[in-house]
Amino acid sequence: MSPDDLAGLFESGGGEIRRRALATLIRLLGDFDLAEETLQDALTVALAQWPRSGAPANPSAWLVAVARRRAIDRLRRARRFTEIEAEGHLSVPALGPTDTDEQDAEWPDDRLRLIFTCCHPALALEAQVALTLRTVCGLSSEEVARAFMMPIATLQQRLVRAKAKIRAAGIPYRIPGSSDLPERLDGVLAVAYLIFNEGYAPTSGDELIRPALCEEAIRLVRLLCELAGASPDYREARALLALLLLQDSRREARLSAAGEVLLLDEQDRRLWSSARIEEGLGLVETALREGPAGAYAIQAAIAALHGRAHAPQDTDWRQIAALYTLLAHRAPSPVVELNRAVAIAMAGDLDRGLLLLEALRASGVLAGYHLLESARADLLRRQGRISEAAEAYRAARALARLAPEQRFLERRLRELEGPGALDGTH
Amino acid sequence: MQYVLLIYENEKSWVGVSEADQKAMFGEYHAFTESIAKSGHYKGGEALQPVSTATSVRVRNGKTLSTDGPFAETKEQLGGFYLVEAANLDEATAMAARIPGARTGTIEVRPILPTK
Repeated sequence: MSPDDLAGLFESGGGEIRRRALATLIRLLGDFDLAEETLQDALTVALAQWPRSGAPANPSAWLVAVARRRAIDRLRRARRFTEIEAEGHLSVPALGPTDTDEQDAEWPDDRLRLIFTCCHPALALEAQVALTLRTVCGLSSEEVARAFMMPIATLQQRLVRAKAKIRAAGIPYRIPGSSDLPERLDGVLAVAYLIFNEGYAPTSGDELIRPALCEEAIRLVRLLCELAGASPDYREARALLALLLLQDSRREARLSAAGEVLLLDEQDRRLWSSARIEEGLGLVETALREGPAGAYAIQAAIAALHGRAHAPQDTDWRQIAALYTLLAHRAPSPVVELNRAVAIAMAGDLDRGLLLLEALRASGVLAGYHLLESARADLLRRQGRISEAAEAYRAARALARLAPEQRFLERRLRELEGPGALDGTH
Repeated sequence: MQYVLLIYENEKSWVGVSEADQKAMFGEYHAFTESIAKSGHYKGGEALQPVSTATSVRVRNGKTLSTDGPFAETKEQLGGFYLVEAANLDEATAMAARIPGARTGTIEVRPILPTK
């Protein structure tokens, strides 16, 4: 083992070996904290031994074996100190040396178990996100806290509470049975999507994109897909992976050199990642061939149509509008309705699109959502209703929370009020 | 592990329910209780009188204060409970989902604190 590989074990988020060992240790010890602490001990031993003796053939299994022995020692010690009190709480007998085969090369199911346990619906959504990033993705507490702009103490408290609930409420460490699987998988995918969205469009702070969170979400869904193999039950997981790859393919093009937001039709499409698009398109096609499209597959298909267009005018807006209509049936939401209205307008029926937007606005369900006002402003502008468009941009600017979004709307407003704006050709 | 499944329902929803419907509901509860007794999960359970029969007791500065009514006025009231044995939370929530009251009210699943 090279010093670099060894260093990777200790870097947060860096160690595949470490994450794999942790998932198995949690199963063997039935305790997140004990698993984390004893794995840390084992890593310390590895750091001392491996550079001299060389790394073992199966580093994960080695770490599990050492950590488990440490755990048994700790539990025995704790038992001696508080023998009476500990009676019934500690499961030392269950940790006997013969109840598992440490030589097993891989325990892929343990990582799947870990994902489902961290995303258990009995935990609050924020706790699911924090626990998944910390335990499955291997981010440090500092990294998770920074990603969600929260004080580290708040995050740690959230993790402590989540682990305590897992223990006290008896949340199992298992892959759900076939009857629960669709619902539970939805929960896991929702967590991954939330992590991605916080990277794609952060809800706070000055950054417009947090690439590290996008990467983590993609890595998480990719892992889920790999662990699930070709199981038809995991179709939506593959569709979500496609969606995330296609969304993320535009990352480099979404900001100008000056750090300003660029919309789809302003982006330099040569900056889109062709590797991401190619992989995403392949996954979408498979997902659509496999059976009726779920909500993620439809969204991925929409993203694929954008990804395929080499220039804005090549975009197949009619098909995108049709897909949004399908999505509105499958997974209705005001935001889907907003996108459907825009797609209908872009497909050529500007009046109908605007009518749908006005209806949505009148319903009040998206009150305070700046993207409704900015979409409306854009359609009004395209219709040549300049003063109404300007008013809508101003409303959007007042609602936008992020500084770069406000600057973008400011720019749109200036373009609208500037010379040559009245011909509506922007 | 042991869990208590607390059945919260709006008592008012029983007002005006026909005798036949009430009978059908009791029948459903009976069938559910039978089935978890047979499978060995049932450890106990009772239905409660409505909250209009409730009395709340507090001892403050050594003085006992009894007042009419439940601990808290809520939209849904505790109407009964089961005590069950389950391997884990998933098994307990699966049982909770089969309680007839889950369709109209809410079942709160609480693990029992081990005393030994």
